[in-house]
Amino acid sequence: MRRRLMAIIRKEFIHIFRDWRTLLIIILMPILMIVLYGYAITLDMRNIVFGVIDDARTPDSRALVDAFAENGFFRTLPRDVRRNEMESLFMRRDVHMVLVIPEDFSADLTQNRSAVVQLIIDASDSNVGTFVGNYAEQVLGIYNQRMNHAVPALFEIAPRIFYNPDMNSTNFFVPGLVALILMLISALLTSIAITREKETGTMEQILVSPVHAREIVLGKVLPYVLLGLVNAALILLSAWILFDVPVRGSLALLGLLSLVYVFVALSFGLMISTVARTQLIAMFGTLMATILPTIMLSGFIFPIASMPELLRWIANVLPATYFLIIIRAIMLKGVGSAELWPQALILSGIGTLLLTAATRRFRMRLE
Amino acid sequence: MKPLVSVEHFSKSYGEIRAVRDLSFSVRRGELFGLIGPDGAGKTTTMRTLVTLLRPDEGTVTVDGMDVRKQLKAIRAITGYMPQRFSLYPDLSVEQNLRFFAELFSVPRNELTDRMQRLYRFSRLEEFSTRLAGRLSGGMKQKLALSCTLIHDPVLLVLDEPTTGVDPVSRSEFWEILRELREQGVTIVVSTPYMDEAMKCDRIVIMHSGVALAHGTPGELINSMRLPMYALDERDLVMNFSRIEAASGVRSVQSFGDSLHITTDEDIDEDRLSAALEQTLDRPVRLRRIAPSLEDVFIALIEQGTEHAE
Repeated sequence: MRRRLMAIIRKEFIHIFRDWRTLLIIILMPILMIVLYGYAITLDMRNIVFGVIDDARTPDSRALVDAFAENGFFRTLPRDVRRNEMESLFMRRDVHMVLVIPEDFSADLTQNRSAVVQLIIDASDSNVGTFVGNYAEQVLGIYNQRMNHAVPALFEIAPRIFYNPDMNSTNFFVPGLVALILMLISALLTSIAITREKETGTMEQILVSPVHAREIVLGKVLPYVLLGLVNAALILLSAWILFDVPVRGSLALLGLLSLVYVFVALSFGLMISTVARTQLIAMFGTLMATILPTIMLSGFIFPIASMPELLRWIANVLPATYFLIIIRAIMLKGVGSAELWPQALILSGIGTLLLTAATRRFRMRLE
Repeated sequence: MKPLVSVEHFSKSYGEIRAVRDLSFSVRRGELFGLIGPDGAGKTTTMRTLVTLLRPDEGTVTVDGMDVRKQLKAIRAITGYMPQRFSLYPDLSVEQNLRFFAELFSVPRNELTDRMQRLYRFSRLEEFSTRLAGRLSGGMKQKLALSCTLIHDPVLLVLDEPTTGVDPVSRSEFWEILRELREQGVTIVVSTPYMDEAMKCDRIVIMHSGVALAHGTPGELINSMRLPMYALDERDLVMNFSRIEAASGVRSVQSFGDSLHITTDEDIDEDRLSAALEQTLDRPVRLRRIAPSLEDVFIALIEQGTEHAE
């Protein structure tokens, strides 16, 4: 048993290292993806350019404009905006928002009447519009407090944001990306490794030896576990270097649980290879079965709690769902094994199930 | 002594396609046995069944008394199989391929060097031992594939069209090796579409469209064709082919290079045939009585077979 298994593992390593182009792709692709996604997928907005129509022209109105400009999210268009050019500014996307301060702004403030300012927001991208509106409201709230200290607030909410105090969305996405990339690459590796042997006919030659299904299956999985771990390390390292994403918990625990997750993904790839006849089918099948569910349903972007029940069921069997909980907890919260064992257990269970199923489905004949 | 391979009433279909129908033959120990027939005859199906890669639909197939349906591992351990398509790892070197299969078959480590030396000696691949298998020539690939199937000293060697697509020199070299192996007592089942290779087998079974047309030694098969056969050296073969075929007493006509081989009905002798032909072609003809070759037998059998089928 051990000799045949070792022979297959050794052979698999020769394949991996001799095909250095593929190896390079396997290693560089995750880093490339994290750079692309890391910079592109961000829910933060900075440099929101806004124009000002200041009809009041008082110290109060200027203080209001400064309140916007000073917090880093907004940037003033460095000149006054005339009413009739407002539309063309929006059309040319020169501004996201225009702030209109009416003539009697200061008068209203000093007489303790409520002063009205108008915000005109470009919501052609509704997401951006919402963000701009929310930010602006906060700025206005701060300004209100500053000007109105005469009126004491009835109560005050003092939010403190834990684990990701800047609400930095990179911190939120990078763990998700690790989950996505590891699932995608690992599943691809094994599904292709087996279908390639079917396609080139080498499977026929191996099968006529006294080899066992479990030796072939394990021999295909184990070498790629190592490759998957190297991938995980590279992704985390580049996330740390490029985006300052922290790992607050134990690196060893993260490594161990990543290992479990990679094992699940590899077994999933094996499962696909028992169905797919050609490398092409295996590749498309793997892409379909990993990318979409992992992005949409695992809690990577959309919270599982707000999904309809059917999708929640699917989410509950996705390995990525559990790994996301694990990796976010370790990286951002510094959580240890005491809290994460249920997820770890479920992942190991899914992996064992998949591997057993793949082994049993593995055909020792050509039919 | 019981035969090493026994195939009894074996049938195999893929969906609607009946690949092999009611095939029976047996292979004695130490024999060089040939499955002869064109593409689609059912040779590959039969061989894959012998090495337990396919399960028979009907009939019994045994190797060394073991049923191919049940004793997969045991049969695989004593059998060497070379698929029709080159199935080694092109990105592994000659030596890495050999070692890999040695490990799969659990060849004792202390014997490995010895066996590899022996295999290198006949295949003359030693100087290429570090070359990637994908970079070998066609003939060398076949010799490497054969070496890999021999690494565990199999009792039975099953070779599916080992010389198809291989140059003539390498082909005859390959058959030289097969003969040596037979001398050493290895039982070999080989398939080929080539009649000259069929002649080199101890016994053959001729297959066509999944059916066995005949079996025996090549000599027996040739002698079994008692029909007289004549060669006609005719220049305008194509033009006169159908007229000759239609002449009285002519059973079948085959073209062989520059001449036609004519089989006649049993009651027709040389004089009557030449008279009939002269009448048909309206000019004198020169006939030669010839002994049929295996190819003639093969073609005659196929024609009989299709007549039977109709």
